[in-house]
Amino acid sequence: MRLRAHIPMTNGAQSDLRHLRNALICGFVLAVLSVASLLVGATGIGLVSLMSDPNAWDILLISRVPRTAALIIAGTSSAIMGAIVQRLVSNRFVEPSTMGTIDCASFGLLLGLLFAPNAAPMGRMLIAAAGAWIGTAFFMILLRTVPLKSPLMPPLLGIAFGGVIGAMTSFIAYRFDLMQSLSAWSTADFSVVLKERYELLYIAAAVTGLGWLLADRFTLAGLGDNVARGLGLNPLAVLAIGITIVAGVSGAIVVTVGFIPFLGLVVPNLIARWRGDNLRRSLPLVAWLGAALTLLCDIFGRLVFHPYDLPIGVTMGVLGAVIFLGMILRKFGR
Amino acid sequence: MIEIENLRKSYAGLPVVDIPALTMPQGGVTAIIGPNGAGKSTLLSLIGRLETPGGGGVFLDGENVRSFRSTDLAKRLAMLKQDNSLTARLTVADLVAFGRFPHCNGRPTDRDRAKVSEALELVRMTELKDRFLDELSGGQRQRAFIAMVLAQDTEYALFDEPLNSLDISHAVAVMRLLHSVARTMGKTIVVVLHDLNFVARYADHVIAMKAGRVVETAPASHAIREDLLKQLYDTDVAVSTRDGRTFVDVYG
Ligand SMILES: Nc1ncnc2c1ncn2[C@@H]1O[C@H](COP(=O)(O)OP(=O)(O)OP(=O)(O)O)[C@@H](O)[C@H]1O
Ligand SMILES: [Mg+2]
Repeated sequence: MRLRAHIPMTNGAQSDLRHLRNALICGFVLAVLSVASLLVGATGIGLVSLMSDPNAWDILLISRVPRTAALIIAGTSSAIMGAIVQRLVSNRFVEPSTMGTIDCASFGLLLGLLFAPNAAPMGRMLIAAAGAWIGTAFFMILLRTVPLKSPLMPPLLGIAFGGVIGAMTSFIAYRFDLMQSLSAWSTADFSVVLKERYELLYIAAAVTGLGWLLADRFTLAGLGDNVARGLGLNPLAVLAIGITIVAGVSGAIVVTVGFIPFLGLVVPNLIARWRGDNLRRSLPLVAWLGAALTLLCDIFGRLVFHPYDLPIGVTMGVLGAVIFLGMILRKFGR
Repeated sequence: MIEIENLRKSYAGLPVVDIPALTMPQGGVTAIIGPNGAGKSTLLSLIGRLETPGGGGVFLDGENVRSFRSTDLAKRLAMLKQDNSLTARLTVADLVAFGRFPHCNGRPTDRDRAKVSEALELVRMTELKDRFLDELSGGQRQRAFIAMVLAQDTEYALFDEPLNSLDISHAVAVMRLLHSVARTMGKTIVVVLHDLNFVARYADHVIAMKAGRVVETAPASHAIREDLLKQLYDTDVAVSTRDGRTFVDVYG
């Protein structure tokens, strides 16, 4: 074929500059939020005490920095997982918590508490991830065998499925007197990010990074089986890899800080409005907004009833539910 | 060369494709014609390996398509389906760029980018390349999908009713384009068409199908004739020649 691409230089340079500027703005916002998250808290460390009190630095480094890092990793990963499953299912209204993934991870966690009470955090994570894998795979197979007309059906089905698993989990936990320990895991709460559990978040980050590398394949799988096959991709293999990634990340997040609800639903949808669904383009922004929104909810949750903290699962749950309802009403409320 | 041997496919016990032997003409534009439900789309899907045959096989240059590695097949054969709907929100340029996926595995080189802009230019979509597909008209979307197949730049390209929802100017442009792509680059293009005048004007060969069987394979000039078309469609059709060109009058 004859080459006929003449993209004017200035155009490219300009858009490069624009990208750079946007990236700088995004980075700046994230930096401000991170600093705010580091400094706001019940054990008030201010800039003044940082200058004068040597202990303040210890508190900052030992408790605050890991906490903020955990928020960023969990927020980013949850949002990216949402974006990935939405491509895999070709549906905008699913995320790990509306397809049974999280409930099955918690179920796995409970089984771990029951049968391997002394397991190391890593072992717990693997059991939770295995639970998440089986649940997600079951849900995906269900969606592929039962053709559903309305785009609202998959999330409703997922929520119902998750509800059944959740009820089973509660019942067993109740019978074996594990309610307390289970609920300590299940709401997203960053006030107790324990040292040895916290390392697992790096695994979540690494697996999320793997998902990022495969972004094109997930986007392509979202164009439908036939298009994907026509371009040499095996959609079922991509689905299996996607399920594994989502299960791994969900497992790690559930056993560390608890899954943040709605984030994976709201963030990709907000970004898709102006950036579209090509993950290669949208993921950087999805990651950014996921982190920013998490930090924002966290700061808000710590200031609003000061000196008491509102767990992020609660703040994000309320904010996310409102945005989600708005989205649905916009799309279907006519 | 695309060869078909004893190819059979049935749905719920009803045969929809049954072709004992067929060799697709190599090079040029081959039109597949036939009434609704004749099995045209099913045949294309079998060739493109989107469906599994009930028996027999499709051979691409002597090798069964089922034995190809997926990416190898995607580098040699591209296919546009009859109905293209997406739930994903993609820009035209992104969609067309995915046509390069089998070649670049998601890491486009300058050559890939050049192919993409060339394909966009060929279907006259360069102006609209940054628009989202769900914000386009049906015909514009169809052209974007055609561009994706062109960007895949394969030796064999199958198009199932590519003129769907195109206005006359773009329909003519697409047929000219396929014709010239086949001519200048030596590609083999197979198109399912319903508009017999387009077949008469732009196809080199015709494969006529009815009820899952191939009724006739012939050069277009020979296949566009009243008795065959009547037999195919059970409709009165008048074929006339004016200034050396063949016209099909289907209006009774
Ligand atoms: N997935 C399927 N399940 C059951 N029957 C099918 C399926 N796909 C196609 N058929 C049947 O197979 C026959 C051939 O279908 P096909 O789509 O190949 O026809 P076609 O020649 O492309 O028709 P059209 O001109 O309407 O596109 C039809 O009778 C159709 O009802
Ligand atoms: Mg058809």
